Amino acid sequence: MVNTKVTLSGITLDNPVIPASGTFGYGYEFAELYDINVLGSFSFKGTTKEPRFGNPTPRIAECTAGLINSVGLQNPGIDKVISEELPKLRQCFHKPVIANISGFSIEEYAYCCERIDKEEQVSIIEVNVSCPNVHHGGMSFGTSPSSAAEVTKAVKAVTTKPVYIKLSPNVTDIAEIAKACEDAGADGISLINTMMGMRIDLKTKRPVIANKMGGFSGSAIFPIAVRMVYQVSEAVKIPVIGMGGVSCAEDVLEMMLAGATAVQVGAANLVDPFACKNIIEDLPRVMKQYHIQDLNEIIGGAHK
Amino acid sequence: MKQSIFTIKSNQHLTDTVLKMVLAGDTSAITSCGQFVNIKLKGFFLRRPISVCDYDEKTLTILYKTVGKGTQYMSTLPAGTQLDILTGLGNGYDTTKSGQTPLLIGGGVGVPPMFRLAKDLIQQDKTPTVILGFNTKEEAFYVEEFRALGVPVHVATADGSMGTKGFVTDVVKTLSDYTYFYTCGPEPMLKALCDVTTTSGQLSFEERMGCGFGACMGCSCETKYGTKRICKDGPVLEKEEIKW
Repeated sequence: MVNTKVTLSGITLDNPVIPASGTFGYGYEFAELYDINVLGSFSFKGTTKEPRFGNPTPRIAECTAGLINSVGLQNPGIDKVISEELPKLRQCFHKPVIANISGFSIEEYAYCCERIDKEEQVSIIEVNVSCPNVHHGGMSFGTSPSSAAEVTKAVKAVTTKPVYIKLSPNVTDIAEIAKACEDAGADGISLINTMMGMRIDLKTKRPVIANKMGGFSGSAIFPIAVRMVYQVSEAVKIPVIGMGGVSCAEDVLEMMLAGATAVQVGAANLVDPFACKNIIEDLPRVMKQYHIQDLNEIIGGAHK
Repeated sequence: MKQSIFTIKSNQHLTDTVLKMVLAGDTSAITSCGQFVNIKLKGFFLRRPISVCDYDEKTLTILYKTVGKGTQYMSTLPAGTQLDILTGLGNGYDTTKSGQTPLLIGGGVGVPPMFRLAKDLIQQDKTPTVILGFNTKEEAFYVEEFRALGVPVHVATADGSMGTKGFVTDVVKTLSDYTYFYTCGPEPMLKALCDVTTTSGQLSFEERMGCGFGACMGCSCETKYGTKRICKDGPVLEKEEIKW
């Protein structure tokens, strides 16, 4: 028997596989297909203070080995997430969840995190300072060490649960930003959010996406994510959740060797709704193939 | 929704750009006409959402137009090819609201879902009138198949090479004794139909989708009853809820 259990800030997960925020809704679409309690945990749809429709459509563009999205944080707002979505989620998922929170001001981040911190099923708060699809907020907090640190401090001051800061790859030095978050009290780092990308339609000669640009994700960005997880885990002592183009059990192992304690799966869920389940079922076989008895042995293994 | 493997039985051109693909597989997740399937194609990241034209227990029929590289590739697939397909997606049409004599209006690639809808309504002892719109006679398809159902079929072509010269709306304006309408087609046609029809109706919309099953929020639209996902809460919306 191999051991797939990993621990994030004192919370033990049966396996390191976590659907990434924005690709798994609040879980129940997937719960129609399989028992989602096989997941290590999951990070629910990014939540803001007010309800948001998001950006105009079209907001999806296909790419080679990936897609661009410019959804723009569509969500029903924190009140409805707490009163309607979390009770529904509780029906189909009985493990601790990761609450993904976004904002347009430091006060908004703090307000939403303080509210969600009181929810019993929430075990980790993932603070998204890296959404590329909203102006005046989102990514702008994650592109400088000082503003990322400010958000971290404000959130830590009003919460009791572990706070993970989700970082953007659209920066010059991601390790420096991660370090600033750690110094400001972050309990962990999630990375990477999507890369800024764009497609242009040859027929209309206009951008495919109504918002012109969006976040590029999918297997094409996997090597970039591995590189950044490696750089960040070298720079900080707090745990790292790695994500970006993960689509098979081999990718999970590679992310962990780069330094991730747990791994999120994003775009793959949209193409194959069973992606996470398949990865979890395949993990013991691939571990055996590479002579890995315990996943904890390989975390950061590539740094040695 | 179900994910399963289908085998292509046939894949033939109906016109220069429209093909009919018949597939064998498990259709048990399809619960209503007007739903769609989402097809994984080798070498393409996202699946291709295609409306269901017809189905029985073991067979799925789709009619699709080659509009980009994905559908172009689909058009080259020979019989025997296996495809990974998500079935039973979307809400589909609600036939209980039709009344006795509904209009079924399909424009171009919006024609296919009208076929199963017509069959379901006939099965319920209703008498639908079908209106099919194309640009030209050369681009017309499935007209005889609809006629074979034994219901009135009107054709409109933009250039007048077949049926009424003009748009489907020009045919609708000449009809008065209908009880409801169902439609699928390009958005300008849907809007024009809402303006000329005198009854309530259901319209099927298209949008660029990520997942096709409600997870990514890529295809959301605002309606009078709140935000809806075209893939999950649609693709069929009611006339009264649409914000143009």
